[in-house]
Amino acid sequence: MRKVAVAGVGLVKVSEHWGKPIGALFADAALQAMKDAGTDGVDGLYVSNMSGALMQEQLSMGALMADAIAKPGLSAVRVEAGSASGGVAFHEAVKAVASGYSDCVLVAGVEKMSDVLPEVVTKSLVMEEEQEYSAYTGVTKPGLSAMLHRLYLDLYAEPSEVGMMAVQSHENAVGCKHAQYPFRMSIERAMDSPMEADPIHMMECAGVGDGAAAIVLVPADTEGVEVAATTVATDYCSLPMREDPLTLGAVKTAAEKAYKLAAVKPGDIDLVEVQDDFTINGVLSLESLGLVEPGKAAKYVAEGGSARDGELPTNTFGGLKARGNPLGATGVYQIAEVALQLRGAAGDHQVEDANVGLAQNMGGLGSTCAVTILRRLGR
Amino acid sequence: MSVPRYWREEVPRYRLLGKECTGCGAKFFPARPVCTECGSTEFKDHKLAEVGEVVTWTVIRNPPPGFEKYKPYVVALIELEDGMRLLSQVVDVDPDEVQTGMSVEAVFRRVKEDGKTGIIQYGYKFRPVVE
Ligand SMILES: [Zn+2]
Repeated sequence: MRKVAVAGVGLVKVSEHWGKPIGALFADAALQAMKDAGTDGVDGLYVSNMSGALMQEQLSMGALMADAIAKPGLSAVRVEAGSASGGVAFHEAVKAVASGYSDCVLVAGVEKMSDVLPEVVTKSLVMEEEQEYSAYTGVTKPGLSAMLHRLYLDLYAEPSEVGMMAVQSHENAVGCKHAQYPFRMSIERAMDSPMEADPIHMMECAGVGDGAAAIVLVPADTEGVEVAATTVATDYCSLPMREDPLTLGAVKTAAEKAYKLAAVKPGDIDLVEVQDDFTINGVLSLESLGLVEPGKAAKYVAEGGSARDGELPTNTFGGLKARGNPLGATGVYQIAEVALQLRGAAGDHQVEDANVGLAQNMGGLGSTCAVTILRRLGR
Repeated sequence: MSVPRYWREEVPRYRLLGKECTGCGAKFFPARPVCTECGSTEFKDHKLAEVGEVVTWTVIRNPPPGFEKYKPYVVALIELEDGMRLLSQVVDVDPDEVQTGMSVEAVFRRVKEDGKTGIIQYGYKFRPVVE
C-alpha cells in the first residue's frame, strides 16, 4: 500500500446559503481544493452526504456532483454513514489512492439543511438511529445523547463542566472565516438556554447550516501532510444493546486501531477535532479516544486542558458547535482543519508545534466512528 | 409507515415478545438474526417482564414529525425485572416527577398516526407503578 498525502483543501463558510443549489455549494469547495492542490486532474470522486435523499429528494449524488464540476466520465460515488459520512468517505478515498487504483482523488462533503423545516432536520437526524424500536419511541438524536448526559452527570460532573465544551468551541471559532458562529458564548448563556432534551440545553447543541468541504488526496512525497492512519469502526446501533452506555465502543475501536497503524500513542496527539454535536458527545469522545481518562473529560475541559493553548488543543476552529455541523460534510471539515494546522496555515487558530493531529467523526449515537490521524512530513 | 412494515412488528410490540437463543440462552429484544454471544441463528420466544426501573431518561421537547401532540414527553432506558433493557416513553407522569430508579410498568398505547388517512400505530409505553 502507498502512503497518501493531503494535497489540497477547500472550505466553504458554514451558513444559510439560500441562493445556492447543492451542486454550486459543492463546487465552491471542490474547486478551491483542486486549486490549492494545483491540479484538476482528479481520477476519482467520493461525495459525502447524509440527508440529500430527504432534504433535496436527490439520489445519484456522485454523478450530480461530478456534473457540477463539469467532469463527466469521472468515477464518482456518494458515501453515507449518517453523521460519520465525511470521515468514512475520506477513509474510502484514502484506500483508493493507497491501493494504487487512483492517483488523485477528490473527497468532498456537502449538506444543505436550510432547504427544509426544523422538524425535517429532526427527522433526518433520528433516521441515523434504528427505526423500529429506537425511533419508534419518539426519541430524537439529542434525546439519545441526553440519556448519556444524565448518566454522566449522576456519576462524574456538574452540568456547567460539561457545558464548557460548547464555550470552548465558541472561543476557538472567533475570527474563523469558515465558521457559522464565530463569536464567544458564556457558560451562563448556555446554562440559561431552554432545554432541548433534558439535561441538554439548546446552546449545548450544534446548529443547522449549509456547508461543503473538500480534500484532494495524492500519493505521499517527502513533504506536506501525510495520512498516518484512517480507520472506521461500528457498534451495536441501539442504546439498550450497549453494556456500558458511556463507553463509545466504535470510537474506542477505531482509535485504538488508528494509534497502532500510525505508530503513535494518545499522548503524541498535538491537536484533536471531536464530534461535539452535543457537549456530552464531545466529552465522551475525548474519553473513548483514550485522550482523557474515563469520567474525567468534563473536568479536564472545564479546567482548560482542551483549550487551544492548553495541553490538548481541541476543536481549534470551533468544532461542530461553532464552526457548524453540516452533517455529511462535517467529517471533511474536521480533517481539512487538522491539515491546515499541520501545514502551519491555521492563521490566528494555529497550534504551536503541531506535528500529529487527530479527527474523530461519529454517526448516530456512536454506531459508526471514523478516526483519521494526519502527520506533518519533512521534520 | 407501510402496512407490511407495521404488521411484521405487531406481535413483539403488542406483547413485549423477545427471543431467547436456543444455543446459549441469551435473550434479546427485539429479535435479531444472529446471537451476539454464540453466533447461533436459532431462537425461541421470550416474554419480557412487564415491570422494571428507569436507568436514565430525557424529556423530548422538539419531537420528530408525528409525535408533536404528545410533547413534552419522557423517553427512558428501562431495565426490566428479567434484566432486559429497552427504550420506551414513560407516560401518565409529569416530566418533572420522573426519577432515575423509578418503578415502571408496561401499558399498551397509541404511538402515532400517519396523517389523517394513514394507519394508527400502537405499541408499549411504560407508566409509574403506583405503590
Ligand atoms: Zn446464543
